[in-house]
Amino acid sequence: MTSISEDSDKEKVRSVSVDLNNDASLVIDIPDALCERDKVKFTIHIKTTLSSFQKSEFSVPRQHEDFIWLHDTIVETEEYAGLIIPPAPPKPDFEGPREKMHKLGEGESSMTKEEYAKMKQELEAEYLAVFKKTVQVHEVFLQRLSSHPMFRKDRNFQIFLEYDQDLTVRRKNAKEMFGGFFKNMVKSADEVLISGVKEVDEFFEQEKIFLLDYSSKIKDATAKAEKMTRSHKNVADDYNHISGAMNSIAADNNTAFKKHLEKCAEVFEKLRKLEDRVASDQELKLTELLRYYTRDIQAAKDLLYRRARALADYENSNKTLDKARLKGKDIAQAEENQKQCLRKFDKLSESGKKELTSFKARRVVAFRKNLIEMTELEIKHAKNSMSLLQGSIEILNSN
Amino acid sequence: MSGGCGRNPPPFPDNEDQEAELDTRVLDSDEDDDDEGEDIFTGARSKPITPTSAPDEGDIFSEEGSYIRSDVHHATNGLHSDEELDLFTEATVELTLTNTTSQGRREIIGPTASACNTTHVPNSILKPSIVTKTMEELEEEESGDQFELNIAVTNPEKIGDGMNAYMSYKVSTQTTLPMFLNKTFSVRRRFSDFLGLYEKISAKHSLLGCIIPPPPQKSVVGMTKVKVGKEDSSSAEFVEKRRAALERYLQRVVAHPSLLQDPDVREFLERDELPRAVNTQALSGPGLLKMINRASDAVNKMTIKMNESDNWFESKLQEVENEEQLLRRLHAAVDSLVNHRKELCINTAVFSKSVAMLGSVEENSALSRALSQLAEVEDKMEQLHQQQAFSDFFILAELLADYVRLLGAVRCCFEQRMKVWQRLQEAQSTLQKKREAEAKLLWANKPEKLQQAKDDINEWESKVSQYERDFERVTCTVRKEVLRFEKEKARDFKQHIVKYLESLLHTQHRLVKCWEAFLPEAKAIA
Repeated sequence: MTSISEDSDKEKVRSVSVDLNNDASLVIDIPDALCERDKVKFTIHIKTTLSSFQKSEFSVPRQHEDFIWLHDTIVETEEYAGLIIPPAPPKPDFEGPREKMHKLGEGESSMTKEEYAKMKQELEAEYLAVFKKTVQVHEVFLQRLSSHPMFRKDRNFQIFLEYDQDLTVRRKNAKEMFGGFFKNMVKSADEVLISGVKEVDEFFEQEKIFLLDYSSKIKDATAKAEKMTRSHKNVADDYNHISGAMNSIAADNNTAFKKHLEKCAEVFEKLRKLEDRVASDQELKLTELLRYYTRDIQAAKDLLYRRARALADYENSNKTLDKARLKGKDIAQAEENQKQCLRKFDKLSESGKKELTSFKARRVVAFRKNLIEMTELEIKHAKNSMSLLQGSIEILNSN
Repeated sequence: MSGGCGRNPPPFPDNEDQEAELDTRVLDSDEDDDDEGEDIFTGARSKPITPTSAPDEGDIFSEEGSYIRSDVHHATNGLHSDEELDLFTEATVELTLTNTTSQGRREIIGPTASACNTTHVPNSILKPSIVTKTMEELEEEESGDQFELNIAVTNPEKIGDGMNAYMSYKVSTQTTLPMFLNKTFSVRRRFSDFLGLYEKISAKHSLLGCIIPPPPQKSVVGMTKVKVGKEDSSSAEFVEKRRAALERYLQRVVAHPSLLQDPDVREFLERDELPRAVNTQALSGPGLLKMINRASDAVNKMTIKMNESDNWFESKLQEVENEEQLLRRLHAAVDSLVNHRKELCINTAVFSKSVAMLGSVEENSALSRALSQLAEVEDKMEQLHQQQAFSDFFILAELLADYVRLLGAVRCCFEQRMKVWQRLQEAQSTLQKKREAEAKLLWANKPEKLQQAKDDINEWESKVSQYERDFERVTCTVRKEVLRFEKEKARDFKQHIVKYLESLLHTQHRLVKCWEAFLPEAKAIA
């Protein structure tokens, strides 16, 4: 029913992460999305110079569930245990605007034509905002994969991009989903493991402390930012009601009073639009940034967890080897096991260090970009408000 | 009637820069006139909210227009030198005392004006206790000079303890009007005094068809908190709200030409000790009686149906009733805005702390610095939102609340006229009955009772003609009052709307400054 199309400042507006489309050999973006009932269909647009792809430029439609499938297959790939897996995009949530649209439809008869049109317009803006958010987050997910030297070569990723039919058949069936759920449960129990395991490496010790602390703080900041944004939206809503009420009064009147009220109603109407923009820009730049990095921090923590697991395995294998040596049985097997565990652990440590270091840099750059953009937008909106108000004050005073 | 067509409707006063010195603690003395602005919503004495760069800001943000409490520093300058005067910088009420019968400035309001000019000289209507004006006063009235009368209500102080405690307010007047004993004077009054004044004015003037400004509403809950000594932000808010409302009330009273002449008003402003008005308590005997009377009035209103010679009154009343409803709706919307903005304020403060925490954990030093700067910006935002909520409330919400009640007063005015008409009708029907009685007596040939009957008829004939004149007068007054009211309403609204938009402008300007200061910090992240 609703769709968004490409416009020039989408690039600027969208990525919470940066420098993801720098490499021209594989460029991905989502120019369009369609909302049908429960499902959102994203149109993925790919431009590539890589020979591993059949075409150099093509588009393919994908659903949210396809993204989740891709994410889960990557998570379950042993090879990638030492990498930070880009967090899965959250499910598109149109529940809010959809409910309101429903209520609006029911109450249509009880309001004036103008009010109805205005509210409809508002709701469409809300839909659009949710759209922007969800497209952004899905796009970033793919861009993280495409810009990573290892992920971009992933076979499933290629299938995701190229397979020209519905991916449903390849997606997780119910049993596997249950398995995933169970794994998550075990994982959270193992978070205790991360804090418990004795750390040998100074770097990882620091990282552990930092990530654990940062994770709770950023979650908190996200929640508070959400509340703040909601309040902004409420204020914008109130401006709308005030404008409507003023217009009602002005309609009945015939004097200077009418003119003043009409002008004021107009101002409130315009202020509402501006306040709405402030709220949604704040959400897109600040709240979304915090939300995204909350998830990304979690992905980093997952990496630490996997490494801690590997360390625990290695320590266990040492114990097993010692026992085997004592008993004189299965020594070779135990030695082999131990070597493997050590190899795995070392590999995880090495790639983990690289990943975490680039994660830091990425985070700093993303915060910088978004904070700058948010500030510039706030200034722009405030200046617009100012000129609107100044103009209106002049007009009112001259009457 | 000195409420003339020839009057220049006074503009409604600005009073936003009052130094509302809130002493939420029980004071030992009221000499403690602190220059510092008290933060309404937290009740805490805080430093002036404006960063010191405020005075450098452009002329659009001059004191005239803004309601922002942060401009307290301006008042500080004046306060040291001449306290009394400074209270009045924004409390000007311009009055003209042009008599209807004067040849001075007279605005022709409409075709009805000429009809009104043929009414009697005012003095017969006014209570006989009005002091005869001096020759000087009359002359000045004739020439239509403008006098100044500024009223301010300040310094709320809690007197006493426990449930018998009350708030006492300082009512200061500054005037050049000769009818007052001094040029500058002040008295202390309590809330029931204001209500008492209203009762007195109402009793005298409402029967004449004047629109009597309604006093601020009683609030058992609000006052109880104050009495009990709860020194939190909500009781500070309540006291400030009431103080401002009392001030507006008085300013409206003196803006009304005939009310200003009323000796009760003068006494209220001038006299040191006022006898306690006891009939104003909500739950007293007289209070209940009033409620009953009001109820029966309401019933009467429904049953009276007047034959209007011209449609003006009927359609005007309808207009007033509609507008009252619509204003209520608008007021509710503004109220919601005030609440949401306060919420925004709280949420912003909470967010600010959260960002500060995040910044303290952040390992990259530039980003960490930027995050703590962001926390500071959000903190400043919180203050801006708070100030804006204050403006939302005191400039817009209270204006609307006042006008909802004023429109109620206008309706009362119409009702009074209907009562007068009813009285006329009753007199006419009584006269009719007397005449019939006389006719019967003539028929029955009872000469001794005839004289009585004739006397009766004469009595009622003169009553009828008196009531007819009364009705004419009330009709004329109501019309004039309504027109004056509408003019003032338009002016009032325009003034407040402009002031409110200026407050928004001020907030946005400060917003821009905050973000512009932050931008280099964000760019410095590396």
